[in-house]
Amino acid sequence: MALSRLTSRSNIITRPFSAAFSRLLSTDTTPITIETSLPFTAHLCDPPSRSVESSSQELLDFFRTMALMRRMEIAADSLYKAKLIRGFCHLYDGQEAVAIGMEAAITKKDAIITAYRDHCIFLGRGGSLHEIFSELMGRQAGCSKGKGGSMHFYKKESSFYGGHGIVGAQVPLGCGIAFAQKYNKEEAVTFALYGDGAANQGQLFEALNISALWDLPAILVCENNHYGMGTAEWRASKSPSYYKRGDYVPGLKVDGMDAFAVKQACKFAKQHALEKGPIILEMDTYRYHGHSMSDPGSTYRTRDEISGVRQERDPIERIKKLVLSHDLATEKELKDMEKEIRKEVDDAIAKAKDCPMPEPSELFTNVYVKGFGTESFGPDRKEVKASLP
Amino acid sequence: MSSIIHGAGAATTTLSTFNSVDSKKLFVVPSRTNLSVRSQRYIVAGSDASKKNFGSGLRVRHSQKLIPNAVATKEADTSASTGHELLLFEALQEGLEEEMDRDPHVCVMGEDVGHYGGSYKVTKGLADKFGDLRVLDTPICENAFTGMGIGAAMTGLRPVIEGMNMGFLLLAFNQISNNCGMLHYTSGGQFTIPVVIRGPGGVGRQLGAEHSQRLESYFQSIPGIQMVACSTPYNAKGLMKAAIRSENPVILFEHVLLYNLKEKIPDEDYICNLEEAEMVRPGEHITILTYSRMRYHVMQAAKTLVNKGYDPEVIDIRSLKPFDLHTIGNSVKKTHRVLIVEECMRTGGIGASLTAAINENFHDYLDAPVMCLSSQDVPTPYAGTLEEWTVVQPAQIVTAVEQLCQ
Repeated sequence: MALSRLTSRSNIITRPFSAAFSRLLSTDTTPITIETSLPFTAHLCDPPSRSVESSSQELLDFFRTMALMRRMEIAADSLYKAKLIRGFCHLYDGQEAVAIGMEAAITKKDAIITAYRDHCIFLGRGGSLHEIFSELMGRQAGCSKGKGGSMHFYKKESSFYGGHGIVGAQVPLGCGIAFAQKYNKEEAVTFALYGDGAANQGQLFEALNISALWDLPAILVCENNHYGMGTAEWRASKSPSYYKRGDYVPGLKVDGMDAFAVKQACKFAKQHALEKGPIILEMDTYRYHGHSMSDPGSTYRTRDEISGVRQERDPIERIKKLVLSHDLATEKELKDMEKEIRKEVDDAIAKAKDCPMPEPSELFTNVYVKGFGTESFGPDRKEVKASLP
Repeated sequence: MSSIIHGAGAATTTLSTFNSVDSKKLFVVPSRTNLSVRSQRYIVAGSDASKKNFGSGLRVRHSQKLIPNAVATKEADTSASTGHELLLFEALQEGLEEEMDRDPHVCVMGEDVGHYGGSYKVTKGLADKFGDLRVLDTPICENAFTGMGIGAAMTGLRPVIEGMNMGFLLLAFNQISNNCGMLHYTSGGQFTIPVVIRGPGGVGRQLGAEHSQRLESYFQSIPGIQMVACSTPYNAKGLMKAAIRSENPVILFEHVLLYNLKEKIPDEDYICNLEEAEMVRPGEHITILTYSRMRYHVMQAAKTLVNKGYDPEVIDIRSLKPFDLHTIGNSVKKTHRVLIVEECMRTGGIGASLTAAINENFHDYLDAPVMCLSSQDVPTPYAGTLEEWTVVQPAQIVTAVEQLCQ
């Protein structure tokens, strides 16, 4: 095929040319149909079909973005060990398919709100690597001006509502956003993500009850990575079928390591939420790292289990196989893409390292909207009372 | 929006200075009771040019004569323009209704606020007028519906969240503290949370320990929120409206026993400054700082004190977070003695913080240590006699003033 002739030539030709070649390919939108790996399991609704419409552009996009996410999380790991990132750092590698598949199914008008494992979802919503690394290192150029940290990434323009540290508290917030979407008559939905550990929080059921009562376009997505920090699913939940937990609310169980299954499920859920009210999605996924950087991740599960999942269910490998089987790119091109991504991430880190820390006066800004109360005045309303050493 | 500054006769010139307040939106309307006293009895100081006047921090050059009356003249005087008389809960309802008319983003959520009309009738009639999507009856889940209100506020709606009793909001403490107070900061200013969280609290008539809680002390440390306490129909309506219009989250504390207070309030649109204290009764000998229901106990004690020859200056601090140190400071500089009367518990209450703030800032002006009368550190008992002694009574206030003024 012309393809193989060109690829053999690209071995001798310099890198920029091969990059140009792969760029040409990625604008191809010929539709491809892909079957999801597993069927959907449904509760109180009809599951969507297993055939997902996609295109070669989308496939390569998926591969590229997921590889970027993976690389970013690994880089964050090294930065944490180098003590440039402090505090808590919860990494998302292994779960990239959920972020990518969801993004592919929705628009920027639909809202996403999640808990503290938010780096990749922020990236998917349009965040830049520079913003991410600056925020992680507490620099001025961070998305929250360095004042939020790993667990507080927000992007208002893309309807990404964070970024929350307290387990489960984001779900009522998400239902509130869905309420506002209904109030303002926007044809948009809200995806409120939480984990299998948070699924046992009472406020979820409270919020679900209200959402079902008022027909809010809220989609509750349980990212079930089977461990709530160190506690395995079977030790924390009497009923591990999180998609059925809604009882009167329909649910769908999805293979969370398959980006196309996630995409199909989210599309289906969006339609359902706009017409009939809330729905629960359970994404069966897995995290390779521990709960956070202070957790080795191996005290409550075996290394064999982790490497087993990595071999059989890794989301990026799956996309890679699809790309190769559909002849969209060669192994070498994909490797080159990964090298580019690595360089991109390294550049972003270097740029973020050069960024200054926030000004001391930033301590007192954004507490109140007027800035009142903290940059506040002394009793005679003349001198600024709050001062820093 | 046109808010009219309420003026009375000779005081109009001084009032024009009040327009020059920091915020473009808020028009300061000084307490009306104060004004009528001014125009009738005293030379209103044109103000020392060097100092700015803010609302009730009026500079008054006293004649030697002390005010013979314990309380300022009531509303029913001829200089006041026509207003209408109503009860405090009606004033709150009026304020809420006017704001909902003015801005379609304002909505109310709470238990039994809609069809039932509100357990204290504050939201009566609103559901019929605005419909079920704007006056929302929630199930009993404070944590969730407070969270939902905050989430909705992140997108631009302005919910007014009602706790049927303030004590129930303890269930929503996580949402109020972590999400409501902190989101503006942790998002680097991207999101504002313009919610109003309101509800009745305080010791009522034998309601039992769990329904007689004073939450202002628990919430006061949360960074990012503002707290105000209303005490009269006039400031209830004004504070409600200001709280709804504010971009910051505001907690409005009402009191169960004050809902049936009657007062005449102006017909025209007005709001009260959220960060300002109210001068209830100017005086010379001692500054008494109070808020909410204790204001009335203090005024009752003031009658006795005046008969005994004392001249207390009574300030209703209204703004519990942040404190209006300007008004309070001016008062302390004048009288040099401070008594704080509050309904909070002694430990870690509003009075405790206020004592610390006054000591830090005005230590040089004090002739006597700051005294703080608060409720006893006990759960409120059911028995009437015991309950009476958990809160501060007028007799105790009189004794304390006498002690301080020795």
